[in-house]
Amino acid sequence: MSAAKSAVRSGGGHDEGDDVGVATGQAVAGTRSVAGTRGPVLGAPLFEYLLRLGDDRLILGHRLSEWCGHGPILEEDIATANMALDLIGQAASLLQLAGEAEGQGRDEDALAYFRDGVLFRNCLMVEQPNGDFGQTMMRQFLFDAFSVLQWEALAQVSHTGVAAIAAKSLKEAKYHLRHSSGWVVRLGDGTAESQARVQRALDSVWRFTGELFGRDAVDDAVAALGIPVDQAAMKSGWDAIVDEVLARATLVRPADGPMQRGGRTGRHTEHLGHLLATMQIVARSHPGARW
Amino acid sequence: MEQKPIPGADDPALIAAFEARIASGESIEPKDWMPERYRKQLTRMMSQHAHSEIVGMLPEGNWVTRAPSLRRKMSLIAKVQDEAGHGLYIYCGAETLGVDRHDLFNQLLNGTAKYSSIFNYPTLSWADMGVIGWLVDGAAIVNQTVLAKTSYGPYARAMVRICKEENFHKRQGYEICATLASGTPAQQAMLQDAVDRIWWPSLAMFGPSDKDSPNTGELLRWKVKRKTNDELRQRFVNLTVPQAQAIGLTLPDPDLTFNAETKNWDFGEIDWAEFFDVIKGNGPCNRERLEARNTAHDDGQWIRDAATAFAAKHAKRGVEAP
Repeated sequence: MSAAKSAVRSGGGHDEGDDVGVATGQAVAGTRSVAGTRGPVLGAPLFEYLLRLGDDRLILGHRLSEWCGHGPILEEDIATANMALDLIGQAASLLQLAGEAEGQGRDEDALAYFRDGVLFRNCLMVEQPNGDFGQTMMRQFLFDAFSVLQWEALAQVSHTGVAAIAAKSLKEAKYHLRHSSGWVVRLGDGTAESQARVQRALDSVWRFTGELFGRDAVDDAVAALGIPVDQAAMKSGWDAIVDEVLARATLVRPADGPMQRGGRTGRHTEHLGHLLATMQIVARSHPGARW
Repeated sequence: MEQKPIPGADDPALIAAFEARIASGESIEPKDWMPERYRKQLTRMMSQHAHSEIVGMLPEGNWVTRAPSLRRKMSLIAKVQDEAGHGLYIYCGAETLGVDRHDLFNQLLNGTAKYSSIFNYPTLSWADMGVIGWLVDGAAIVNQTVLAKTSYGPYARAMVRICKEENFHKRQGYEICATLASGTPAQQAMLQDAVDRIWWPSLAMFGPSDKDSPNTGELLRWKVKRKTNDELRQRFVNLTVPQAQAIGLTLPDPDLTFNAETKNWDFGEIDWAEFFDVIKGNGPCNRERLEARNTAHDDGQWIRDAATAFAAKHAKRGVEAP
């Protein structure tokens, strides 16, 4: 994880991600051109960036909370609940900060419960259904390795709000990584069945890993606001962690095939809508209510 | 569940000495001699208690994904997590009586063990999360505060710790109720509906009436139980009625009246036919709860097998597990 230090650097080229337009001006009614922007139009960069950080944790925390009471062993019911709590706690802080950055009076609950799917900015990986416990832990491991590096980088940025959340979250993410990588190794190097299952889980989720290290206009813009992160350096740090754990797990790292992207700009998989339908149903059924 | 027979199990002198210790207020510890009946009763009570914690995760887990604010979502997850912890803790406590928690757990899965009847009722709205915390945890606290003085040391100590967390859950539940009670008309209606459904099952949590509770005499003499079911139930009603009044709720019992003479809140007769029906496995969710536990267990088999295989491999190789 020493790659993290060098990840705090602005720069790094854009990858082949979405062509993103950052909002610049308003069309005047009546004079609006039929020729629109290619790709989705995003909000202010800091707001967008904080949503990306917060939504990753909110959606993954929600997915983990679906395990509540259904884990393979009692100890794991406790552990997954613990990770879910940490992630949703991080999300609450990040979305609160996002609301402040937006400056329109939305708090973390308004952002979590009253946004439609296309306005969510989480990566596609975290919204994928849990599958079996092996699939859940594999997704968790790949995200945790990313998350530790991301928090390490963000803990050193000059934006104090982000740096403070990162410092606290880093401790939690390191514990999560220890837990999830432990399971990846145990399942990979367990029985023939567990190895086959968890290898399939890895092969299946791999197509969502490229999106974690994408860089676009939002990243460039927040670098200028004191949040510079070098995605390329993070990627090499992530490769090192993943290779080391997969080797111990006797699992084969998949070849980098075509990668699925779109979450950062609101182009999600179909799974997110169903997740939000569940998550938001009570809050949306009682607009304006306090809970 | 094979418990080793203790030498001198029926020796009247040993029993007399044991009962003298109990009478003088000493606590019984795992290595002390105890009558087989005492061991059996405690094993039964502790395992039922642990099972209740585990099954109790399901009705509340049902609303974790729909909690209407991030704060409520986190506190509900934390509560369910506490329940898993309590279950684990009490299973470990039960193991001091010479049983294996896996055997106890298998009795839960195959339907031969009992757990609290309340968890066989469905959770139908968000308000249930408030009312369960308030009434169900509230009833559990009334029970467990007394159990904290039970004669068996490990159980008593577990109860001291667990009661602290249950008190927190109860406050949290009541706070949800108070918030809904001062909320929109729809929230108020949701709350009242939950109270109407959960009130009677929470009174039934204290178990059968004293006249139908065959074990009570012996359990009281051995200070396993310190109060009868009916005494505890009355204490709960007395504590809870003013709390309902404070937030403007009605309780679904036309016979509920304050008795100036006894200073008790008198209440109507529990539907015992329903109670025994739920105990026998015919409650609204008995089947679902057991199926959920069994599905989790069966789906987890390959995980547990893998962990066992991994540990065995690495013990052989002398390599440290992750």
